[in-house]
Amino acid sequence: MKEKIIINAKIIDPKNNLNEIGGLIIDVKGKIKAIGKKVKNSNIPKNAEVFDAKKKLLLPGIVDMRVFVGEPGFEYKENFKTLSKAALSGGVTSVVSMPNTSPVIDNVSMVDFIKRRGRDKSSINIFPSATLTKNIDGKRMTEFGLLKKKGIVAFTDGVKTIQDSQIMSRIMEYASDINALIIQHAEDYNLSEGGLINDGEISTRLGLQGIPSIAEKIIVERDLSLLEEYQCKYHISQISSSKTVAAIRKNKKEGKKFSCGVSINNLSLNENDIGDFKTFLKLSPPLRTEEDRVELVKALGEGIIDVIVSDHKPEDEESKRLTFAQAATGASGIETFLPLALELFHNKSVDLETIISAMTKNPAKILGIKKGSLEIGNDADLCIVDLNKAWKVKKTELFSKSKNTPIEDRKMQGQVIRTYVGGELLFKRN
Amino acid sequence: MAVLKKLQAVKISQNHLLGIQNLSVSDINLILEESKSFVKLNKSSSKKLDILRGKTQINLFFEPSTRTQSSFELAGKRLGADVMSMNMNNSSIKKGETLIDTAMTLNAMNPDIIVIRHQDSGASNLLAQKVNCPVINAGDGKREHPTQALLDALTIIIRKGKINGLRIAICGDILHSRVARSNIYLLNMLGAEVHLIAPSTLMPKKIERLGVKIFNNMNEGLKDCDIVMMLRLQNERMHGSFLASTREYYEYFGLTPDKLEFAKNDALIMHPGPMNRGVEIDTNLADDINKSVIKEQVEMGVAIRMACLKLFCK
Repeated sequence: MKEKIIINAKIIDPKNNLNEIGGLIIDVKGKIKAIGKKVKNSNIPKNAEVFDAKKKLLLPGIVDMRVFVGEPGFEYKENFKTLSKAALSGGVTSVVSMPNTSPVIDNVSMVDFIKRRGRDKSSINIFPSATLTKNIDGKRMTEFGLLKKKGIVAFTDGVKTIQDSQIMSRIMEYASDINALIIQHAEDYNLSEGGLINDGEISTRLGLQGIPSIAEKIIVERDLSLLEEYQCKYHISQISSSKTVAAIRKNKKEGKKFSCGVSINNLSLNENDIGDFKTFLKLSPPLRTEEDRVELVKALGEGIIDVIVSDHKPEDEESKRLTFAQAATGASGIETFLPLALELFHNKSVDLETIISAMTKNPAKILGIKKGSLEIGNDADLCIVDLNKAWKVKKTELFSKSKNTPIEDRKMQGQVIRTYVGGELLFKRN
Repeated sequence: MAVLKKLQAVKISQNHLLGIQNLSVSDINLILEESKSFVKLNKSSSKKLDILRGKTQINLFFEPSTRTQSSFELAGKRLGADVMSMNMNNSSIKKGETLIDTAMTLNAMNPDIIVIRHQDSGASNLLAQKVNCPVINAGDGKREHPTQALLDALTIIIRKGKINGLRIAICGDILHSRVARSNIYLLNMLGAEVHLIAPSTLMPKKIERLGVKIFNNMNEGLKDCDIVMMLRLQNERMHGSFLASTREYYEYFGLTPDKLEFAKNDALIMHPGPMNRGVEIDTNLADDINKSVIKEQVEMGVAIRMACLKLFCK
């Protein structure tokens, strides 16, 4: 590999407090050799490939903590190869894969499979998560220790919630011994049973059963109470309502150590977007009111919410061409993840560094991985973004195998033009 | 001015009848006006017309139904259409065929109109996107049942001469009721004051935003009402505890002569059927020919559906 140099870029790397015009040198092993304003045209090494970024953004590769791959079991929805293409086109270089596959990722041999497939077929970094409980039954915990040794970065039942408080307390207690990261999807099933969208005016109008926001808050509050007794690394995967934000704000103020995420969908859409039964907007947690959305955006700006995730959940057309009650839950989103997040910057809701932190530095820190920053010596995982490029989302132009985007025809501002993983230029857009 | 007064829509603005929400006031008036002639016809000895001769009407019922299905069937036949009623409980849907696939199959048979009832809200909207003919919603989940609201309106107009300015109470299981939702939209559009009466557990969230007044007490809600619409307690849709018992429900929300005292003296009682006698309504009240118009509702149902089939069929 030749040395590569990117010059004349606006570098933003929250981890290293970088926000300046400068350059970056990638060495022959694909590591970052130098970075910052000192790297410029005048000191280009011989034989280096030069790219003039022309003041475009240079960011650490995006780290996405919630991605559904489809391997094994749902290869027709997404495989590692298609996921990689989709991710790269959106500047995402590292993902945490959810364990809700078929079979589920709940034992060491499955981890071997995922890692091997990930290594052979994927061109981005796959950090696999495993389930909290065997076969996601919510009862019998998995081998956190052995799985962690095999390279599992986090434990979560993905789309499911541990309902039993005693099991949850044991999980937290056990996880604290081995310093395992626990990620909870917060939903009380008794309260959400049969629910399809947010409980409110829209559910009443559409005649669809509602999911009250209290179903989320009650689990968050239960877990944060348990956390007082059993201190473990605890993360809430995505929250959706202003009530939950209030609970999190209060607990963080009290000094509790935990982290929390939000889906880009809940930051960018609300229940009104469901319109005339658009099944592509059937999500979990559901889209809530505009007031909830605004509160989530505010909480992101304040740092109450640590992480933004794409919640990329590819679903084939057959699973969505059904009545709302029958349709699959989830939206494809990894390709539009960063551009959609930039919308929050363009409409002056959240500053750029906070957004980038929530997509790079923060998730990397929570996961304990050496990603999400442009440190010298790190793998050169990065992307270059044209912050003002105008374009329109078209499902026919998506790289993902499934086309269930919730934002078809949305006008975007900002697009990834180059993505590097391990120093290699793997995606380029003119 | 006389000319202006006579000006009335002669064509429906919509391609499908998916819900009252999609209709305009003139659409509704057109359907009501059209149905009046069918009321007369249905009382005569020769009921058959040939307005829809050569047309094929498919009734697609995914949910069991007695009165709506037979009403649509009769309406189609009286207009001269070839009517095919498909009971989807024992067909290919059981073999895993999706609604869209079923729709495409039926579409290939070139029907002129499809009537659908489905347990999922939005099913008729989905069907309408996929077929080439008009679709009439005969009830979708908890969302809408437009022909029921139209027949209720016709019943009221025939008895009271108008809807504008009337105070109308809808009582009972509002949460699970598509009939209530369609009636709320329609009665509001035609200028009635709508009261909803139900225990809080059976009142949908934020329903007041639809422009209604909500009550948890029968006597307060029924005060000076012209019309009392009772709804069936939909036990088959209730998962979990909404009520303590039907006995207690009857005590507080069942329509009895003493509660009816609070309504106007000439108040009429309506019920979309089927009734749970002794649960939501006193059995003698239900049969009281001076107060109850429940049988008339059924009669109006055929006329309304004839009007809808005629107006929507191209």
